[in-house]
Amino acid sequence: MLKAMVIDDSRAMRMILARTLAELGYEVFQAANGKEAIETLEGAAEGVSLILVDWNMPEMNGLSFVRKLRADQRFHGVKLMMVTTETQVEQMMTALEAGANEYVMKPFTREIIEDKLRLLGVLQ
Amino acid sequence: MAVLTGNASSGKTDLQPENYRFLQDCVYKESGIVIDSDKHYLLEARLMPVVKKQQLTSLNDLCNLLRATRTPDLRRQVVEAMTTHETLFFRDPAQYDALRTVLLPQLIEQRRALRSLSFWSAASSSGQEAYSLAMLLREMGLGDWSIRIVGTDLSEQILDRARAGKFLQIEVNRGLPVSYLVKYFNRQGLDWQLKEEVRRMVTFQKLDLRDNLRQLGAFDVVFCRNVLIYFDQQTKKRILEQLRGALAPGGHLLLGGAETGVSAVDWFERVSIGQAVLYRAR
Ligand SMILES: C[S@@+](CC[C@H](N)C(=O)[O-])C[C@H]1O[C@@H](n2cnc3c(N)ncnc32)[C@H](O)[C@@H]1O
Repeated sequence: MLKAMVIDDSRAMRMILARTLAELGYEVFQAANGKEAIETLEGAAEGVSLILVDWNMPEMNGLSFVRKLRADQRFHGVKLMMVTTETQVEQMMTALEAGANEYVMKPFTREIIEDKLRLLGVLQ
Repeated sequence: MAVLTGNASSGKTDLQPENYRFLQDCVYKESGIVIDSDKHYLLEARLMPVVKKQQLTSLNDLCNLLRATRTPDLRRQVVEAMTTHETLFFRDPAQYDALRTVLLPQLIEQRRALRSLSFWSAASSSGQEAYSLAMLLREMGLGDWSIRIVGTDLSEQILDRARAGKFLQIEVNRGLPVSYLVKYFNRQGLDWQLKEEVRRMVTFQKLDLRDNLRQLGAFDVVFCRNVLIYFDQQTKKRILEQLRGALAPGGHLLLGGAETGVSAVDWFERVSIGQAVLYRAR
């Protein structure tokens, strides 16, 4: 089973995204911020191939997380999608430059997530 | 004192059978769209807003009004309400991959001298299909070729939206790579408008697919996606034959995912490219 991770400081949002991904056939890990995510990725969540990450979070925000992950060879092939309330073009560009593969603006629907995953070529 | 009587106002109990058939006929005549005989719920959900707008109380009243008046506007409202306009950018990415990797490179090679290509999004709805293609062509460096992209639809209302090239956040969220959003759209408050350089590549006009389809000229690629499913076999067949006539020699037809099994493909050769199925004019 392919592994995915959802990173968001809102428990409800994590649950929603985790369920969507689970329905799409992923084993899903969760983290409440970037720092926690890195720790989990180095432990139980080894082999994750898809990460959905929020932008605004305490400890380590989504952008810093994306930068940190992209700087680490081990996570080279991981698909990263930001899922955030931030909707400025400049922020999208920053996220792309940092190494995000896709970007979803909240609020989203299940179709939106599916269509984006299809674009990333990771819809199973 | 009101008594709760379950579902007294439901269309299923109220709509007279002859009125059900009348509405089916009305929509069929105006658009070719077939409404099956078990769609009471759908009729109710889609048409009650029209009933309210006309300050009537039931679907039966609406039928009576339709029968008693000749105003095409009311018929149009009914058809509009019964029409599905759902669409999205890069719907069916496999077809766009086929265009990008095989079809367009071939066409570019063939037209190197002429530097001109033509495309048709038949049943364009709000324009996402036509504009996806326009963006793809720009990405492939064809921005300075003579490109003709025509989008057509039966609904004037949806064509107005298409022409504006303006989309809601929820629409640009769907199917559109964020790199294209950043590159080809301007944010306007809560909406996103396509930049002029993309909008000017596409023209939209009203066209009923049951009419003569050769009036637009010949196209290299025709998209006719997610619309034939609403028609009966006979209408489908006639439209497919006409689409064959609207293709340049060797041109390609792109159908929707649910439409690939369409039987009337004598005029086309089925071609698989990657995950996509296309139809080449014979
Ligand atoms: C579901 S949309 C398809 C949009 C787009 N091709 C896609 O695949 O995403 C169907 C469209 O067909 C249009 N339509 C329905 N009957 C038609 C007819 N007889 N002639 C032309 N367009 C028609 C509707 O107005 C609607 O916008």
